[in-house]
Amino acid sequence: MPGLGEIIRESQIWKSIFRHPMPLDRRNRIVVMLTNFFLHLHPVSIKKQGIALSYTWCMGGVTFFLFLVETVTGVLLMFYYRPTVEWAYTDIQMLRDVHSLGILREIHRWGAHAMVITVWLHMYRVFLTGSYKPPREFNWVIGVFLLLLTLLLSFTGYLLPWDQLAVWAITVGSNMARATPILGHEGPGQQLLTLGGVDMITNASDARFALLGAREVGEETLNRFYILHCIAIPLAVALLLAIHFWRVRKDGGISGPL
Amino acid sequence: MTHGLTEAQFLEMAASFLGPFYIALAAMNGLAAFYLWRTNQMKTWFKLPIPFVGKSVNVTNALVWLAVGIVFAILAAVAGSGLASWASLPESWREAINKGTGPVIYSVGTSVGLVVLYFCRGFFVRPAVAWSIWNLMWLFLGLSMTDRDFYEIVAKPDNVPIVMLVFLLAFFTWLATSRAVENDKRIENGEPPLEKLDNEKVLVWPDLVYIELICMIALTAFLIFWAIALPAPLEEAASSVKTPNPSKAPWYFLGLQEMLVYYDPWMAGVVLPSLIVAGLMAIPYIDFNKKGNGYYTIKERRFSYAVFQFGFLEMWVTLIVLGTLLRGPNWNFFGPYEHWDAHKVEALNNVNLAEYFWERGLGMSLPATPELLWLSDLLRPFGQFFSILFGRELPGTLLVLGYFVALPPILAVFVMPGFYKRMGFLRFMVLANLMLFMASLPIKMVLRWVFNLKYLISIPEFFFNF
Repeated sequence: MPGLGEIIRESQIWKSIFRHPMPLDRRNRIVVMLTNFFLHLHPVSIKKQGIALSYTWCMGGVTFFLFLVETVTGVLLMFYYRPTVEWAYTDIQMLRDVHSLGILREIHRWGAHAMVITVWLHMYRVFLTGSYKPPREFNWVIGVFLLLLTLLLSFTGYLLPWDQLAVWAITVGSNMARATPILGHEGPGQQLLTLGGVDMITNASDARFALLGAREVGEETLNRFYILHCIAIPLAVALLLAIHFWRVRKDGGISGPL
Repeated sequence: MTHGLTEAQFLEMAASFLGPFYIALAAMNGLAAFYLWRTNQMKTWFKLPIPFVGKSVNVTNALVWLAVGIVFAILAAVAGSGLASWASLPESWREAINKGTGPVIYSVGTSVGLVVLYFCRGFFVRPAVAWSIWNLMWLFLGLSMTDRDFYEIVAKPDNVPIVMLVFLLAFFTWLATSRAVENDKRIENGEPPLEKLDNEKVLVWPDLVYIELICMIALTAFLIFWAIALPAPLEEAASSVKTPNPSKAPWYFLGLQEMLVYYDPWMAGVVLPSLIVAGLMAIPYIDFNKKGNGYYTIKERRFSYAVFQFGFLEMWVTLIVLGTLLRGPNWNFFGPYEHWDAHKVEALNNVNLAEYFWERGLGMSLPATPELLWLSDLLRPFGQFFSILFGRELPGTLLVLGYFVALPPILAVFVMPGFYKRMGFLRFMVLANLMLFMASLPIKMVLRWVFNLKYLISIPEFFFNF
């Protein structure tokens, strides 16, 4: 009698998903890396120092994992959250006090803080090992874009609980946009853009207005930040992540002394 | 957070945190001692004679860390049982720290500290020294947590990540520096860097995928533990009429908000952040040094290392710590043990350079703004702006132009001719201007502290202050 495990592994369904036997010998450990979609991001073999934690700190991987955690918890949170001034705060309170899986919100929030820190630590490591040097120059540039998007993700998410912390932090942060040169209504050069004596840059048409969708942080801002936070920025991050990982492989894998 | 609690209730709350905190520190030191003992890395530091017996005990590093662990265990018992006053810094020390700190001492002190760490890195990366500092950092945190004002700020949910960041950065900076110091020694002796030693190839399955799996599980466990132990920040519902004082941006932008003390929003909030991003992207293209690719080293890339460390650790992280933990109502500076009093008044008597020059220097009033009525409506703002820039604000304009236009060629010819030769005109100019922008913050800080200088160029008519 074959065991249950053997029956499963011999079944047509199993074999249609995994096109090779278990990765128990050298040949199959190589094959698994080549034929599995998720594993084929990796090379088949790697220099021992390239996986030493004292060298890599694992911070890039941790950041990517945190991004996945944020995505999963974020989708679940969207079930419980309505991005309107009327409901936003109440829904977050309900997550804390009523819903049994409300802890998702703490994980999402702390994970977001942790992700900002791990991105910095990852870049710190990449700088200190000189890993941005040729041929990896452009991947560092993509990394800087990813840093920027991580900060924007965190910044847009900051507003969603619609508590005092959220609204005033975004107010202080977005007030900076008022002072954008030329394009902010209190920025240097704002007076230069006039049409027939009428100011083109006012508090209803400047950079801050574009960011907030209104003159003040309000309903429009909440909607705008919600869509940026849940759809636009994550899509951009996903695309850049794919390029980032692809280039790590194409630029010769993880850095190391030549 | 501790609002409305009596002193006894507060100490009870602090005790419930400090008990487990010190137990963890005791375990940390116990594990270190155990590790040194098991891996045969014990070293005898000195011999302690036992009185009346005539023998002596070898005091090893493991024994010392075990003793430190025991001290922490005793502290756990003391602080955890509510005798917090025994486990805190003396009141006089806290007073002295409050009185002694300010933006000047803080900024200069952290800079000097970094310089000392850099030049004496060979000493500070030694495991025993680094471990002592590590213990002292935690001890300082623990002893300070019994102070209500300190607890209020550090344990505020939104500030917890910064405390984590400080400890993580301390650890990883030590890790990177100790490897760099060792690599530099090896390279001097003609040996390859440490990273070259493990050159053999291993299969990614299982060697890497298992590391990844373990990391994922550990991280998930950590996140769940963190989420249960500490509720995420949620304050009262938003109100457009109740402005909090201080109003702060999210913590990772507080370095920029701190720059608002010295710069106008268009610089601190728009131009400088854009330049930080552009400068980061430019790093691989202006760093022409081929050495130090793929291993930790300092001696082979002193310049880029020093610039980056100063930019990241001093001008980004310590400014964030300052902006988050030490800036209170009205953005006044408060010592770590000082109560955030909204009525604290600090005299602001900052003076623009134009006032220094025309009024105090030449004893005349500021030149008036020309009307320029003969110019068309479209051109008049341009005319007015430039006539102020080169009229009333001429001294500042000349200084700023000299700084950004005249200094780079001088640097190229007299200070860094080697760089200029190897980088070419364009790349050198990008490097020089980025560095000058970076240096303008400490320069403006010093000008403010020493001369109360507000702006070099001040044209509020056009929102143009620099």
